[in-house]
Amino acid sequence: MVKNKKLLVSAIKNGTVIDHIERGNALQIIKLLNLPSEKKVVTVGLNLPSEEMKYKDLIKVEGRELTKAEVNEVAILAPNASINIIENYEVTRKFNVEIPETIDYVIVCPNPKCITNNERMNTKFHVNKDEKGVNLKCNYCEKKYTKDEIKSYNV
Amino acid sequence: MEFKNKDIISINDLTKEEILHILKIAKDLKKNPQPELLKTKVMASCFFEPSTRTRLSFETAMERLGGSVMGFANPNVTSNKKGETLWDAIKIIGQYADVIAIRHPFEGSARLSSEATNKPILNGGDGANQHPTQTLLDLFSIQECQEKLDGLEIALVGDLKYGRTTHSLAQALIHFGAKLHFIAPDELQMPKYICDELKEKGIEFKKYKKIEEIINKVDILYMTRIQAERFADPVDYERVKNAFILTTNNLKNAKPNMNVMHPLPRVNEIETSVDKTKHAYYFEQAENGLYTRQALLALVLGKIK
Repeated sequence: MVKNKKLLVSAIKNGTVIDHIERGNALQIIKLLNLPSEKKVVTVGLNLPSEEMKYKDLIKVEGRELTKAEVNEVAILAPNASINIIENYEVTRKFNVEIPETIDYVIVCPNPKCITNNERMNTKFHVNKDEKGVNLKCNYCEKKYTKDEIKSYNV
Repeated sequence: MEFKNKDIISINDLTKEEILHILKIAKDLKKNPQPELLKTKVMASCFFEPSTRTRLSFETAMERLGGSVMGFANPNVTSNKKGETLWDAIKIIGQYADVIAIRHPFEGSARLSSEATNKPILNGGDGANQHPTQTLLDLFSIQECQEKLDGLEIALVGDLKYGRTTHSLAQALIHFGAKLHFIAPDELQMPKYICDELKEKGIEFKKYKKIEEIINKVDILYMTRIQAERFADPVDYERVKNAFILTTNNLKNAKPNMNVMHPLPRVNEIETSVDKTKHAYYFEQAENGLYTRQALLALVLGKIK
């Protein structure tokens, strides 16, 4: 009984589970990774109860093994996410996301006077991690932001 | 140290050694003009925004080294008006010119330009972001009038919140162990991110409300203009404006070697009576823009190593 109660999102046979996504970010991640385009079954859990995070989002992709590099691209939206690779209903590999040194495209620069908001072009941010958290510096306007100051993403 | 084809986009991209090398070449060119050095070279002068000193000194710098100049000072006469992207415009201009000086209202426009062409880009100001040639001419002028750059006491006065000139200068002075004094109304004090950077790098700084509080200690008094439109309430502007106008009276307690600098244009923040004192250095500073930009042109075109 207890097990059934926990199973809020149906199990997958083969594929990838992205767990421990910060609440509210799963739909953006799905769009950024372009998951629906491959006609694979994608199951989403929003606001699931979590012991560590209180609430979390979760994504399950049937029949597709996401690579570490792919998931790291969206790590800024889910810095604590864990990736489970599933084969025949079993977790065969597990790894955590890592925020890369530079983030291309994903972030929208909050500075309206930044050239990236005024020209058809991709954004690029340099990531600096220290004891206070993650800092992001726009490659173009050179402004620095904390993760919380980033309000929109290119989806 | 390789300068050939280097883009000069942000003062933060330059090491201390690179800055000192540029200043040395500027000094050489000031002393020994080289009117044939850039013969056959062409500079594109792309000013998408109004400028007087920066544009004219870039163009004169190129001409006085024997090069030629093409370009525009008004984007309305270019395809920019038809909606052409900056990337396309610079890509094409780079096929005509050997070097491109650019001023553009959007922040990061110079960095994007450097990605559009393999010709060197000299940033003449990208919105409120960077204006590295101004910082270099400021450092050149400080070194010239004080005969050194290390360990000076430098006061930055006026609009320290929005002024890119004072931000870049403060950041560049980190290399030279300056002691900084920020004189500004509370509303326009130096932003936290610059103060944090100075603290991190171990640079001493202090904030003041009046020039008189510190004038007797400083080697350089770097003035900037306070604009009325920066204040939400005009009454606040009226309340503070006189505290940031430099008069000959303020200079009574100044050290004999103290020099007054200003990126110009000035409106009323330095009384014209100050011009005649031995402390005034802002006109020499503006002239030095010519030699600093000559040095950069000669270096990035590979004609001086």
